[in-house]
Amino acid sequence: MIELKNITKKFGGVTAINNLNFKVNLGETFGLIGPNGAGKTTAFNIITGNYNPTSGKIIFKNEDITNEKPSKIVRLGIARTFQNIRLFKSMSVFENVLIGFDNHIDYTFFEAIFRFPRFFREEKKFKDEALKILEVLKLDKYKDYTATSLSYGNQRKVEIARALATSPDLLLLDEPAAGMNHSESEELAQILEVIKKEFDLTIILIEHDMKFVQKVCDRVIVLDYGKTIFEGTPADMLKDEKVIKAYLGDFNV
Amino acid sequence: MIIQQTLNALSLGSMYALIAIGYTMVYGVLRLINFAHGDIMMVGAFSAFVTYSVSGSFSLAVLVAIFVASITGILTYKIAYKPLLDKDAPKISLLITAIGVSFFLENLFNMLFGGIPKAFNYPKFFDKLIHIFGAVTPLSSIIIFVVTFIVLLVVLWFLNKTKYGIAIKAIAFDMNTVKLMGINVDFLIILVFIIGSALASLGGIFYAISYPSIDPLMGVLVGLKAFAAAVLGGIGSVSGAAIGGFILGFSEIFVVAFFPDMAGYKDAIAFFFLILVLLFKPTGIMGIDFERSRF
Amino acid sequence: MRYFTTLIITTILVIGTLYFANNHLDGYSVMILSNLGIFIILAVSYNLINGVTGQFSLEPNGFVAIGAYVTALLLLDKDSKSMQFMLSDPSPFVMWMHASFIPALLISGVVTSLVALTLAFPVFRVRGDYLAIVTLGFGFIIRIFAINQDAYTNGSMGLSSIPHDANLLWIGIFALITVVVVLNIVYSKFGRAMKAVRDDEDAANAMGVNTFKMKTYAFMTSAFFEGIGGGLMATLLTTISPDQFTFMLTFQLLIMVVLGGLGSITGSIMGAIIVVVGMEWLRFLDEPNLLGFTTDAHPGLRMVVFSIILILVMLFARKGLLGDKEIWDKFRKQK
Repeated sequence: MIELKNITKKFGGVTAINNLNFKVNLGETFGLIGPNGAGKTTAFNIITGNYNPTSGKIIFKNEDITNEKPSKIVRLGIARTFQNIRLFKSMSVFENVLIGFDNHIDYTFFEAIFRFPRFFREEKKFKDEALKILEVLKLDKYKDYTATSLSYGNQRKVEIARALATSPDLLLLDEPAAGMNHSESEELAQILEVIKKEFDLTIILIEHDMKFVQKVCDRVIVLDYGKTIFEGTPADMLKDEKVIKAYLGDFNV
Repeated sequence: MIIQQTLNALSLGSMYALIAIGYTMVYGVLRLINFAHGDIMMVGAFSAFVTYSVSGSFSLAVLVAIFVASITGILTYKIAYKPLLDKDAPKISLLITAIGVSFFLENLFNMLFGGIPKAFNYPKFFDKLIHIFGAVTPLSSIIIFVVTFIVLLVVLWFLNKTKYGIAIKAIAFDMNTVKLMGINVDFLIILVFIIGSALASLGGIFYAISYPSIDPLMGVLVGLKAFAAAVLGGIGSVSGAAIGGFILGFSEIFVVAFFPDMAGYKDAIAFFFLILVLLFKPTGIMGIDFERSRF
Repeated sequence: MRYFTTLIITTILVIGTLYFANNHLDGYSVMILSNLGIFIILAVSYNLINGVTGQFSLEPNGFVAIGAYVTALLLLDKDSKSMQFMLSDPSPFVMWMHASFIPALLISGVVTSLVALTLAFPVFRVRGDYLAIVTLGFGFIIRIFAINQDAYTNGSMGLSSIPHDANLLWIGIFALITVVVVLNIVYSKFGRAMKAVRDDEDAANAMGVNTFKMKTYAFMTSAFFEGIGGGLMATLLTTISPDQFTFMLTFQLLIMVVLGGLGSITGSIMGAIIVVVGMEWLRFLDEPNLLGFTTDAHPGLRMVVFSIILILVMLFARKGLLGDKEIWDKFRKQK
């Protein structure tokens, strides 16, 4: 599905990521683990094209996508959420999700100005689609609320809904359970199961909550100061000497 | 003729450089195009005009101009920009107040002094003709260039060698870290406005001596050109602003010297540079890159 | 369908009112209303780039000037042109160009939006920051060209005897078209994407929105209607000169848009009404005997007051009257 080959990223003199390699298979949920500053979000930004890697290659669906622009990468089928929630603050939940459909809604600028029949047809079609996504995520009752007025947990779900609207094959979640209480993260874990099946997704996620990781991830990779120190199943990770040594106290097991 | 024109270009470039520095420093610390900056130059020129007419002392006039311009700069920051920065208002709000302040100053001075250009008086010795390398030039153009050169060296020394200067350069890259280091950021920003306004008032006086008249709208076009010079040099960089200013000064003088037909379009050169820089090297000559992604 | 019913009813109401006003009101009121119509066109389109898309721009005076000159040169006939051009003979192109009222306005709009495209390209490729300064500079450049290109513009003499084709009814119809078109854009995927650019450009990019394209569309649409507004202005006033299109015009529009609320179309209409009426009402400020004191007049006091208003609104009521919502949103249940 996606493969990172020898990815290195330097900012000035600082090496954020050093020779990162991993491969995620179709349908997998893959965890990117490590303390703050380990280079996880940088890895996401490299995949989504916000940063160009200093060296290395990214292969997605057998295609080299290194150095592509973010908007191109979304069209190829990779969507993301943000660590520090970034919803469009003037818009409702519904409109936020509709933005995700931007590339799929098919009418021209002139058809919009002159309100051609296709405009109404397409708008209706994708508004129904948006509603479906909201229903799956149990957000439909907040449809017309200003997105940023929702609770933290619900805002994270709106970000997921917005990402799903781009109809991705690969979903990147940056700390999806952060700021959620226990029952909320339980619910999120279930929702991830559901959307994975419903939308045929492969997921890569960054997370600090190890219970959550154990529940949802098939495989994880652990980074420490840009270097990979472990790759395997979540259960093995928790037993790994190196990981325990490096992160004792950082895990909230 | 070449020497003559070179001297003219140096004094015109000096003026642009002095004003461009204010734009570039404010942009560096606040990421804001301070539209009022050109008008602060006008305020300086008018202050010198009034003081010299009343007191007859030119050095007093220069000091008063620097003082009044600096106060105007500080007030602009404190009243118009700071409240919005504190509220974390969107950048467009700041730009709108900046334009508002600019328009306010122009119209206030228009109301107080009238819109008709006023002859600017200055001591006669500025007009004394100097023979240099076979060219004849008024003393003023030499003074303008020499003063600007010294001022530039002082500002660069201040920014690179003193504690406050280094801190100002640090905010340009990471304001939060500077805050965490326990440095009073507000004080540094005020310092930036004082330096910028003081230099702009000098530029205003030099402009007034060269032309020699002043009017409430004099800062608009010169300010715009100086901003273009700052972008050309690489916005955020003080030496870049100076270099950009001199390049613009030379271009304007020599385009007119070699192509007299183009004289009417002299004022469009800065704009032409601005577009070219944006197209081919957005970070300007000194190439400071503020485009770090904010993820 | 509800959309078309609303559109038809609104059209009938607006045209009916305008027809009545045109025939029954005195000349002064018709002039004020015509002015207002043009300002609604300009404010609403200016809001599309500034408010809806959030790209601070100061283009209107330059773009209105382009529209005014193109329309004037298209409408003036050959005899009138050869008589008027004093400083140099009109260029063959100027002599050749000719069109009737409506095509002339449309051509003005297209020309202006093409100019917008050439400005947008270097600016938006980098980031929006420099748009304000580039457009501010452009206002000056246009003036420089208008003064120096005698063969095209008749230099500082300007153009006169432009056919008085615009009346209140036509201006009203164009204002209605502008509002409907801009609303159609705002309530479409393009409007949503423009708002997304305003709210968070990086996030919009990450959702696959082509932010460069959205900014360019918004800017070109604004320019199109500013060109038409300029054309209407030229035929309403019948004379134009380079000194007419100063930054003052842009400043008035900025106040309208800010007062009404950046991003609110109906807000801009309200802003236009307030400022056009307010400008008339505040005329006393520029009178020589203000508040009983006889002075040598206060040219500019009105503008001082206006700039203070703008700064105060920004500092204390940043959202203006309607914020980024439309008037009908205010009647819906708030959530």
